[in-house]
Amino acid sequence: MSILVNKNSRIVCQGLTGRQGSFHAQQCIEYGTQIVAGVTPGRGGETHLDLPVFDTMTEAVDETGADVSVIFVPAPAAADAIVAAADAGVGLVVCITEGIPVLDMVKVKAALRDYDCRVIGPNCPGIITPGECKIGIMPGSIHKPGRVGVISRSGTLTYEAVFQTTNNGLGQSSCVGIGGDPVRGMNFIDCLELFEQDADTDGIIMVGEIGGTDEEAAARYIQNNVNKPVVAYIAGVTAPPGKRMGHAGAIVSGGEGTAAAKYQALEDAGVKTVRSPAELGSAMAELLGA
Amino acid sequence: MNLHEYQAKELFARFGIPVTRGSVAGTPDEAASAAEQLGGELWVVKAQVHAGGRGKAGGVKVARSGAEVRDAAAGMLGQRLVTKQTGDEGLPINQVFVEMGSDIERELYLSVLLDRARERIAFIASAAGGMDIEEVAEKTPEKILKVIVNPAAGLQAFQARQLAYGLGLNKEQVKQFVGLAGRLYQLFIESDCSLVEINPLIVNGSGDLLALDAKINIEENALFRQSNLAAMRDASQEDAMERSAAEHDLNYVSLDGSIACMVNGAGLAMATMDLIKLHGGEPANFLDVGGGATPERVAAAFKLILSNPAVKAILVNIFGGIVRCDLIAEGIIQAVREVDVKVPVVVRLEGTNVDKGKALLAESGLAITPADDLTDAARKAVAAA
Repeated sequence: MSILVNKNSRIVCQGLTGRQGSFHAQQCIEYGTQIVAGVTPGRGGETHLDLPVFDTMTEAVDETGADVSVIFVPAPAAADAIVAAADAGVGLVVCITEGIPVLDMVKVKAALRDYDCRVIGPNCPGIITPGECKIGIMPGSIHKPGRVGVISRSGTLTYEAVFQTTNNGLGQSSCVGIGGDPVRGMNFIDCLELFEQDADTDGIIMVGEIGGTDEEAAARYIQNNVNKPVVAYIAGVTAPPGKRMGHAGAIVSGGEGTAAAKYQALEDAGVKTVRSPAELGSAMAELLGA
Repeated sequence: MNLHEYQAKELFARFGIPVTRGSVAGTPDEAASAAEQLGGELWVVKAQVHAGGRGKAGGVKVARSGAEVRDAAAGMLGQRLVTKQTGDEGLPINQVFVEMGSDIERELYLSVLLDRARERIAFIASAAGGMDIEEVAEKTPEKILKVIVNPAAGLQAFQARQLAYGLGLNKEQVKQFVGLAGRLYQLFIESDCSLVEINPLIVNGSGDLLALDAKINIEENALFRQSNLAAMRDASQEDAMERSAAEHDLNYVSLDGSIACMVNGAGLAMATMDLIKLHGGEPANFLDVGGGATPERVAAAFKLILSNPAVKAILVNIFGGIVRCDLIAEGIIQAVREVDVKVPVVVRLEGTNVDKGKALLAESGLAITPADDLTDAARKAVAAA
């Protein structure tokens, strides 16, 4: 078991013919992911990476029976691509694209209420179920099938958590990079709910960062709904207020979104927190008695 | 991206939002003639810097004659204004805004911004205008009014009325406020703002609403479709190193410490700063070289962090996913050879092609201290600084 994606997932790549799309789709295919088609408006009927290319998401989904989309479309067109995927009927959209204007995402979130579709990202590394399905830009080789679910707002910090849990033998059930933007699809709570229900996940690592109050909301959710052990790390203790730290969503503004407040909320909820990302793996091993 | 007050007021005027009349000046003489052209007997001279708290810092002066306007402008232009939002160095005053004095009956607060938890645009209003709104929100949260806008419907008149009645406006002012708020929403959406703030929004002696101050931030991610606004960027108000980093597609934020860091990924870059602090050091910067780092970009990043004289040690922390460690190593070697590096360099490499990367560094013969993991890297960098 795992969450959201597995060896049976069938994926359409939006923006397959672009440089980023081509490179990463190839890597995903080599990992064993079933990418079944690409979509690039105006390129319908072509073949790329041995895959059929369609003009529209609707055609691609109807012809291939795909149930997931991954988006490598440039930022100006990416919001449209998300809604196009939802409208075509896929149940999961993974949007890798960085730099989508916030106001576009505000509209996308409102539009998504019309569909039964989950979105991961944007501005994220994607999702992986080790050994089965990699959808995104994470290095497949550092993962190992196992017991820990990983949820993170940061790409490279996800890799740290993965690397440590691979080295200490715990492995990962699934890893979700929810992305660094202020308005995004799935949030900590959505992933926590799925990992709590997943029979193969024994513990959850949560990597947050400054900005917004999603970690505080997650802390309240954990206290009331999660029985599995959770280890959390928050990046940005030393970040100055009012400065955007790389990610569009990583900013302390109006006194809201500090790392201190997030640590406090998580600790109050009984979550095991670590002050160094180097301790994520060992803290999880300790909680699992491994 | 921030706009100056005078630019924000130009935008307000274009959208039909009432502002005080004024004009921008770059010299004391220009300021005096601006006052003359505006007419009246009372003017306010305001320093144009990208920071709030100007009044208390001496950046806003009232003048009662052309000579006083000239003196006030002469006292500001060419100086640096230090407010509680600028840091000790302050920001250069290259322009002043001269506007007609206003007769103030009431000072209100109005802003439009993203409510992250609700994922929608929110209007915030308060009768406690002219004050630090964060302080008002903390001490007297009941004085803060808020409505959330449905993106499909836009700001509805009833929502604007709800705020207007909450502010205690009279019948005529409510009408003015509904119009003003609607145009403000239009401006926010059409200009891809991340913040519009009017503090204070005043009721003047004739009972009319007027924006006395104006603050606008434009979202960086949307500048590709806002070329007119992008052209309003004033680089003199931005940190020189951050600006030069942006030209190389690097994400850089200046900090006060002595240990520079170079990292791939924003989260790991923040975490590296935190680790330095955790082990007793102070980070000199945040620097994310990004996922597609090339040897050239790494070299540019290295030169950038070395241009900060406060740097006593450098910590390079790379988790190679898409970025290959051997390419990063080549970049480091290239940079260390080109620039005369006099401070210790600690390098932690992990991930794709890590062995190849470490071997390149070891064979280079350069004084680079390798680190085994995150903790080891932070300890070594702190010890070296």
